[in-house]
Amino acid sequence: MPYLLNLPSWIFLMVFFVIPLASVLALSVATGNPEIGYQYTGHVHEFVTAISTYQTQLIRSFWYGIASTVITLAISYPVAYWIAFYGGRNKSTYLFLMLLPFFVSFIIRTLAWEFILADQGLVLGHLKAWGMLPQSFHILSTSWAVIWGLTYNSLPYYVLPLYVAIERIDRRVVRAANDLYADTRHTFLRVILPLSAPGIFAGFLLVFVTNVGDYVNQQVLGGTGTYMIGSVIQDSFFTNQDYPMASALSSVLMLLLLVAIYLYARTFGTDTIQEYSA
Amino acid sequence: MTETALQPGTSIDAPPLVRSQRRKLSSYVLPAFVWLVIAWTIVPIIFMIIFSFNQAPTGRIAFNWFGLTGTWYRNVFAIGGLTQALEHSLAIATLSSLISVVLGTPMALALARYRFYGKAMTDMVIFADIAAPSVVVGAALLGFFLTLNIPRGLATILIAHVAFSVVFVVVVVRARVSGLDHSLDRAAADLGANPWIAFWKVIFPLILPGIVAGGLLAFAMSIDDLIITTFVAGQAVTFPLWVYGAVKTGIPPQVFVMGTMIFVAGVVLAIVNTLVSRRSPAQT
Repeated sequence: MPYLLNLPSWIFLMVFFVIPLASVLALSVATGNPEIGYQYTGHVHEFVTAISTYQTQLIRSFWYGIASTVITLAISYPVAYWIAFYGGRNKSTYLFLMLLPFFVSFIIRTLAWEFILADQGLVLGHLKAWGMLPQSFHILSTSWAVIWGLTYNSLPYYVLPLYVAIERIDRRVVRAANDLYADTRHTFLRVILPLSAPGIFAGFLLVFVTNVGDYVNQQVLGGTGTYMIGSVIQDSFFTNQDYPMASALSSVLMLLLLVAIYLYARTFGTDTIQEYSA
Repeated sequence: MTETALQPGTSIDAPPLVRSQRRKLSSYVLPAFVWLVIAWTIVPIIFMIIFSFNQAPTGRIAFNWFGLTGTWYRNVFAIGGLTQALEHSLAIATLSSLISVVLGTPMALALARYRFYGKAMTDMVIFADIAAPSVVVGAALLGFFLTLNIPRGLATILIAHVAFSVVFVVVVVRARVSGLDHSLDRAAADLGANPWIAFWKVIFPLILPGIVAGGLLAFAMSIDDLIITTFVAGQAVTFPLWVYGAVKTGIPPQVFVMGTMIFVAGVVLAIVNTLVSRRSPAQT
């Protein structure tokens, strides 16, 4: 029975998700292009070339990913914590407010920030007119603008898993900690934080990997100095038609994801992994 | 704070922290922070709504305020390419959310109700699909379609959208199914219902809010997707693709009008679904 129920999705995901991704891995050790066909060399030299050619962009993407994910975590945790423990009857209303950006197109949200943060826009324009900022001050096309956009866009994706994890904590355990003379700090560090670890990790996975591969925030809010690996992959596909290169770079991102998922499964098991993801 | 903290059993009703210090943190600092974050969250949304009424002289969104106008609302569909792109997006989102629900609901039932060989693997594939960077999924699908010589267009966009939304339906519906009482099935069986009838008469009505929520999420993901669609679209254009393409030449205010309309419709639908599911007996 379960196999029958699973069958339609399994087939679909197999054909349109697993196989394409697996063939990316295969293609990354091949040479050629769609016209002349591919030759599977089995050499990993494409990886080495890809990584060494684009190491600046790879490292930059990695840092943007880490920075935006850590900032998102730092913002999301108190929010999720407060909603879960003190939200009371209005819990779902607060969550709904946090999820409002989902109802506006990702590209429109990012564009709106571009206008808001523009050099002579609503915020900076006025601050400059009042002499609070030097005329040359700008946010757009800096790394900060890209990290700002990534953080903004990943906020709901981190609040949700954290909320699920914190909400799930048995209040009696927390009370027990208090009864056992744990002070505020220790209750939090020794009880609440470890119990919410699966949510922290699941959200990290979700946000970090997505942000490392993102290029829209970078293209809208960033400048030439903020080029990320997502843009490189897109260019290799559409501008240079260098599929093995694009595949090798995609594989790097994918391996990052697989390693992270493996670590998660090892640490917390697979049962809970997707409960935190939507 | 330590003096009061050392009395055992003092903090019974409110959970986490020790009273005296907690009171300050939880009743002023944290709520203020939460509201600040919520405010930050809605800043671009407010901007979109307000500037959809801006009388921008050039017919492009400007970052200065030129006065209130309803022109853009009266001429929402004046830009042919944009309107067509929106139509494509709506059609694809509708179809892909329906297909995702049909494919995803059985899998959600299987995962919530049964233990079976390959379950851990299925869980991981689902999570990988959710967490995979769009650019990788898009590139992989494009490579796949190129290799098989499938022409890119609306059909490939639809396939790609189902491929990333079906897992969200699975996760949302599964959560709803897990909240159901197992004895309901048995009660139905005891009353002579076969599994098929038991599903449609008992389980389905109870998980319907979950299915609707999953479908709405799939719809939202589809209408919003830019990166994966870029790869598999061929010559077809969807709403996000059109907007992204217009970034360099300037965004017509109609984009913000459409964004506002989608926003209002989405919020209303979500509220209605919540109210309906609250009233249904399956409180989970």
